[in-house]
Amino acid sequence: MLLLAAVAVLSLALGAKPLSLADVWHGLTDPASPEYAVVHQGRLPRTLLGLAAGAALGVAGAAMQTLTRNPLADPGLLGINAGASAAVATATALLGVADLDQQVWYALLGAAAVTVAVHAIAGGRQATPARLALAGAALNAALYSYVSAMMLVDSTSLERMRFWTVGSLAAARTDTVPSLLPFVLAGLVIALLVTRPLAALALGDDSARALGARPGLVRGAVIVAVTLLCGAATAACGPIVFVGLLAPHLVRALTGPDPRRLLPWCAVFAPALLLTADVAGRLLGRPGELQVGLVTAVVGGPLFLHLVRRGRVGRL
Amino acid sequence: MTGPDEKGTLMRPDTPRLVGEALTLGYDRRTVAEDLTVAVPDGSFTVIIGPNACGKSTLLRALARLLRPARGTVLLDGADIHRRPARQVARTLGLLPQSAVAPDGLTVAELVSRGRYPHQGLLRQWSREDERVVDRAMADTGVAELADRPVDELSGGQRQRVWIAMALAQQTPLLLLDEPTTYLDIAHQVEVLDLCARLHEEQGRTLVAVLHDLHQAARYATHLVAMRDGRVVAAGDPQQIVTTELVEEVFGLPCRIIEDPETGTPLVLPTARRRSVPAA
Repeated sequence: MLLLAAVAVLSLALGAKPLSLADVWHGLTDPASPEYAVVHQGRLPRTLLGLAAGAALGVAGAAMQTLTRNPLADPGLLGINAGASAAVATATALLGVADLDQQVWYALLGAAAVTVAVHAIAGGRQATPARLALAGAALNAALYSYVSAMMLVDSTSLERMRFWTVGSLAAARTDTVPSLLPFVLAGLVIALLVTRPLAALALGDDSARALGARPGLVRGAVIVAVTLLCGAATAACGPIVFVGLLAPHLVRALTGPDPRRLLPWCAVFAPALLLTADVAGRLLGRPGELQVGLVTAVVGGPLFLHLVRRGRVGRL
Repeated sequence: MTGPDEKGTLMRPDTPRLVGEALTLGYDRRTVAEDLTVAVPDGSFTVIIGPNACGKSTLLRALARLLRPARGTVLLDGADIHRRPARQVARTLGLLPQSAVAPDGLTVAELVSRGRYPHQGLLRQWSREDERVVDRAMADTGVAELADRPVDELSGGQRQRVWIAMALAQQTPLLLLDEPTTYLDIAHQVEVLDLCARLHEEQGRTLVAVLHDLHQAARYATHLVAMRDGRVVAAGDPQQIVTTELVEEVFGLPCRIIEDPETGTPLVLPTARRRSVPAA
């Protein structure tokens, strides 16, 4: 919690023009101060978006990993973010949809379609973790090629979406988080409500049913939650990789695999992780900035390999 | 146990709590058993035996509500088990499935605690009573000193006892075990079966287990159900039903039956392929 607050303050303070803590405070509270515009137009929406998107990706990743008992399950790796991206890219390039309020719906549609498709390709009820991951990887690659093709077809959307396709918080405006929040909140509430049956389901379907849980219902609820969370996050920030994968792994080292502790802590830790990456990108890329999606990929990739090699990525 | 259902308002006193009536069981199109009727006597340690693919695990899955019969009904306390609320069934009937998996890093105490699931709700979270039941379940199965160890680091026998502890924490009068000794070496098999026998004798639970080993089945069961090709060939007290004819019919195995010098139960000795003649 403290960590998250500290990172949030840093995210408000640091950037192309660093502010002191006093400046941040004035910028937040005093409309007359010179920092008001910087904080309210730029950094506050961006920080809030980081919080919302981070929580969404972290909880979605943790829920997916627990549900599929697959340590590699990640909204990114399973193609859900790619599906959302492809839908948004299509809407932007072909239909000229530029408004986040509308893009969110396309993102949800794309995320839901890919969730269903990955499941179907992986063999439906016979889907094993490995087959799911493979199907997701294949769809992922195909959909990103498609997104790139969309960008090439239409140069104006290329301009608009260049940063979005690698994942960025920079596009955040004052109305970004308010349009996003209902979806993220709904997703979070659903995910947190099913943590108890999810804990039963993590013992295998037979055990879960013997305990009186209903696997089908729990699966459906998790898929709805993940679609909401990933669709919303992707619509606003583009596909940010590795946060949904790494945050649960790091948190699990502290809380253990019980989703009743894992999911809430991911909702706190993942935003901290995402904001840290975003701040780092702003500092490293000066005078411009590195997109947060690049930072998480560059840092997250090796870190993930390290986790795999240390054997931390076990059977779930 | 409270509530009118557990008292068995619907039941005649002579009807066992768990009964399968005229069951047709199968997966997709493949029928495994037809018109199968089986009753689990209250307070018994019932063991289901039979050759591979005879339908014994399928029967257990049906009794455990994991498999919906194509025809016929499984009655729990006189009511169709599929029409009763899942949570209520889970407070009456526990299961140790074959396919149990523990997430990596999950500790023994955490796993056993999950057995409290059917007793909890959104508003009724963890209580002193839950704590007490979990401690008791771990003590009864001899895993209390392993409480903080991750389940994936335990030996096969220990792990099986932990899963039994989880089922015990569910506090069900009926407990079903699907091949609880498979993949265990002989010492751990005996350890697990002794534990089951103790739960049966000391706590008065009704146990139903699927076993492979005919000798172990005859030794531990108070009620034996012998199956072949999806039908029950014989059911009853092992002392009475285990005969050379039965073993021949069920397993196609010529044998002799002697008295187990340890327990007095029937001991099946397969006929040797060639008897060596002792040198004079």
